[in-house]
Amino acid sequence: MRAIHRKLLRDLWQIKGQAFAIAAVIGVGVAMFITYFSTFVSLERTRDTYYDRYRMADVFAMAKRAPNHLAPRLAEIAGVSGVRTRVVADVTLDVEGATEPITGRLVSIPEARQPMINDLVLLQGRYLEPGRRDEVLVSEGFALAREIGPGDSVTAVINGRRRELDIVGVALSPEYVYTIRPGDLMPDDARFGIFWMAHEPLAAAFDMEGGFNDVVLRTMPGAQEDEVIARVDSLLEPYGGLGAMPRSLQISAWYLDNELNQLKGFGMITPMIFLAVAAFLLNVVLTRIVSVQREQIAALKALGYSNREVGFHYSAWSLLISASGSVAGVFLGRWLGLGMIGMYNDYFRFPFLAYQLSPDVVTGALLISVGAAIAGAFSSVRVAVALPPAEAMRPEPPARFRTTLMERLGLGKLLSPATRMVMRNLEKRPFRTFASVAGVAASGGLLVIGLFFLDAIDLLLDSQFYVAQRQDVTVSFVEPRSAQALHEVHRLPGVIHAEALRAVPVRLRAGHRTRQTSITGLEGDARLQRIVGSDLQARELPPNGLMMTEVLAKILGIQRGQEVTLEVLEGTRPVRRAVVVDLVDEFMGTQIYMNVDALRDLMREGGILSGAYLQIDQRFQNELYEQLKNIPAVAGVALKSAALDAFNQQMDETMGIFIFFNILFASIITIGVVYNAARIALSERSRELASLRVLGFSRGEISSILLGELAAVMLLALPLGMLAGYGFAALMVSSFDNELFRFPLAVSSRTYATSVLVVLASATLSGLAVRRRLDHLDLVEVLKTRE
Amino acid sequence: MSQTTTATAQSGPQPLGDREVSTSRRDNERVFRARGVTKVYDMGEVQVHALRGVDLDLYESEFTVLLGPSGSGKSTLLNILGGLDTPTDGEVHYRGGELTAADERGLTRYRRHHVGFVFQFYNLIPSLTAKENVALVTDISPDPMTPEHALDMVGLADRMDHFPAQLSGGQQQRVAIARAIAKRPDVLLCDEPTGALDITTGVLVLEAIERVNHELGTTTCVITHNAAIGQMAERVIHLTDGRIGSIVENEHQLGPRDLSW
Ligand SMILES: Nc1ncnc2c1ncn2[C@@H]1O[C@H](COP(=O)(O)OP(=O)(O)O)[C@@H](O)[C@H]1O
Ligand SMILES: [Mg+2]
Repeated sequence: MRAIHRKLLRDLWQIKGQAFAIAAVIGVGVAMFITYFSTFVSLERTRDTYYDRYRMADVFAMAKRAPNHLAPRLAEIAGVSGVRTRVVADVTLDVEGATEPITGRLVSIPEARQPMINDLVLLQGRYLEPGRRDEVLVSEGFALAREIGPGDSVTAVINGRRRELDIVGVALSPEYVYTIRPGDLMPDDARFGIFWMAHEPLAAAFDMEGGFNDVVLRTMPGAQEDEVIARVDSLLEPYGGLGAMPRSLQISAWYLDNELNQLKGFGMITPMIFLAVAAFLLNVVLTRIVSVQREQIAALKALGYSNREVGFHYSAWSLLISASGSVAGVFLGRWLGLGMIGMYNDYFRFPFLAYQLSPDVVTGALLISVGAAIAGAFSSVRVAVALPPAEAMRPEPPARFRTTLMERLGLGKLLSPATRMVMRNLEKRPFRTFASVAGVAASGGLLVIGLFFLDAIDLLLDSQFYVAQRQDVTVSFVEPRSAQALHEVHRLPGVIHAEALRAVPVRLRAGHRTRQTSITGLEGDARLQRIVGSDLQARELPPNGLMMTEVLAKILGIQRGQEVTLEVLEGTRPVRRAVVVDLVDEFMGTQIYMNVDALRDLMREGGILSGAYLQIDQRFQNELYEQLKNIPAVAGVALKSAALDAFNQQMDETMGIFIFFNILFASIITIGVVYNAARIALSERSRELASLRVLGFSRGEISSILLGELAAVMLLALPLGMLAGYGFAALMVSSFDNELFRFPLAVSSRTYATSVLVVLASATLSGLAVRRRLDHLDLVEVLKTRE
Repeated sequence: MSQTTTATAQSGPQPLGDREVSTSRRDNERVFRARGVTKVYDMGEVQVHALRGVDLDLYESEFTVLLGPSGSGKSTLLNILGGLDTPTDGEVHYRGGELTAADERGLTRYRRHHVGFVFQFYNLIPSLTAKENVALVTDISPDPMTPEHALDMVGLADRMDHFPAQLSGGQQQRVAIARAIAKRPDVLLCDEPTGALDITTGVLVLEAIERVNHELGTTTCVITHNAAIGQMAERVIHLTDGRIGSIVENEHQLGPRDLSW
């Protein structure tokens, strides 16, 4: 090994503590990059292959009942390559071991197996046998959650008749990668399952013989999707079409896309924070090294080493540190990525979701870490290269100090000599002080943003489950019913209070913008389901006109006071106009509300309702559930307690791990920054401090000068960090601002306090490590060396 | 001892005539030829004239001493000869080539292949052992001796694996000499090699330098402000205030042990 390489290794060993701290920060940055991007790539590839191989539809549409002879006409639409018409219906299930009603979605499939759009992956058991009218395939999520499989059976209440369905296989479909019941916050595999059943018996059960109520289409590459959708809509229009939508709005596909975007976003932002901090640390350390080794640099040059060799030598410090951090980071990232894919495997249902760490991702990670190393080394390497050898033979002139701002303001008398030294040192190198402050602030900010998720979710829960939904049960009817139904529901066992719900599917039109949704009609003095803004206050529904979420208003490009056209998608499909009287900043979704009486007036109908909200006496819960399961008119029963359970379970599984790593990683930044700042200060000032010791200062006194500097940095950094955290949170909130939900920007004092404590603890650890060195300062050795 | 003054101060950049050079040296090839070398440090308000027109020739295998008070420009001149620095004005030729016309790369190549440098404060790399400090140079030289051999020449064969911090000042300086000679340089330039040392240690260091000059025939130039060391040299060049005051030839050279300090 060449002597100059030996020098590099020995010198690095000398600063191993610092080198390790920086390598750790780089390692975390690289690990984050690898984790997010490898997960992203694995997930995206899996999705694309799955969609492709199992023919995921490009367009989805529902109707009330369309005749089968419409199918060829749908297939003839320009750009359409395939059509699959089917019957889809949600029913209430009675499953052994479950008292509460469960929703089953029945989806029709051909009797004999054949390739089809939204094809099935048969995981277990067999396909349907022709002629066996009660056989079904069940979705994997439900099968696992309910521990059922081939050989078991479930009871469905189909059009008022109880019917045994025999499970013969377990399957997956690309349209149910993410299986969530419409209107739910979280998937709940135990209470929502998909059942694939032969077309003919299913159609018969729902009076759909010779017809269909759902259609999925594949388009050719390059097809004009908008035009296809418009054609599908116009063909289905006479048959109660509910508006076709592109794959990107299909609920499972939408969630998957959203998740992928988030992974990419996180993968871009978080590693950058770590690598920026690492670059800064490298810069500080190398600047110090180059200044300490001035004369060595001069000697190397005098001995005949070229500027390039000297430049490379000092770049190599940075590159080695970053390389060792990166290698560790790649392994850590792979491990975390595997874990993350494991998590996604519970969350998304893929037939195969293999973790794949592609060379591209590794290359990308290494490139950005090399980038950070170069950025960090650049200025000091330039100094080393430019150093004139003759010049460097002479010792560096003493640094120029000036009195601090406080002293210039005449407040100097207030400061003790030690404080004065601290202040002068901080003011002498404003960039470094600023960067140290920024580094610690960044770690504080990272902690805030990590913990803020808990706050946001808490608030979301509060708003959703305690302020807005005060009902225990939401019942929805197969068909809108007369006012009499509300009284009947009220008479069910355990029902304390019942409120009507009227949902009217509409296409909203404002100018050229349209949106399919449904208007929710609520009672004027509703006590159960309420409309709640981001301030967690219930909002009063205006007696007339519409009230919609701000998200929806933005989609439609309208403001308070403007009119929209409502194309009703049920019954006689009337077209009406109504004024948007008020907007509400709800956290979730694109709701549009109207006073139920005003809605009925608009629809020119009587006291019709599509469902009811119930407040119940828990003691009669099972009795109530039992009855609800058997009422033919009931299409679905949503239980608040079940939704809450599902939500909490999901959070418990993921948030704990997430927060653990967040705290760990943020601490690494703090330790990296503080420890390095302290070590550099110690290296620069050991002579001065040793002299003070010789003059009779105690260990405590000299360490207070050094640690005082750190304390001052913390004092500046903590408020800034909390501010930065709030800023990051705001950024995160705005990046999460999608159609389905947004996060409330409310950072709790608990989050701030925890963040401050973690930063302080990391800083204290670093301070103690340096204090130990300071206590062992070899006075003679330090004073002997020529500075 | 007898000394003959052969030259007085040169005022202009006119070439030095061969008449000033003794026969023994005239036979040798001229290694350095400096003419009108001027160095001005611009310090903003003041200008420091470190060298004010120096004309100087150094010859093959010659041992010269550059003598002068502190601040007289000795280091500046040596640095320019060694390719560490460039003059503000004037020309320096090394054998056939003009150093003052060389670019950074050219100077690096020159230092790498031809010059051995010894500094007042040793400038050893603290994280490398004696042998490794020497290897630093042998690693990049075309025809080096082994580090062991170089250290042996300065009498440090038994201290090969010691780090600078484990060596005395004199030993460190001898490592620096070994490091300078290991490449078999054409010229050995030493800037106050004994400046930081006591007499006994200084003698050891000077012996090492003398040995290199004698055994390898390396053109050697030693800076000192100690007049006694001049007695070792074939020629003593006196520098005052950036000018050559006089050049004194010694008929007899003394060994380091015989110097009267
Ligand atoms: N880099 C420099 N900047 C400014 N002045 C310098 C520099 N190097 C040398 N000098 C000045 O040039 C003069 C000669 O310096 P130097 O050659 O080091 O003298 P010597 O080696 O004889 O003591 C001195 O006055 C010194 O202060
Ligand atoms: Mg000098």
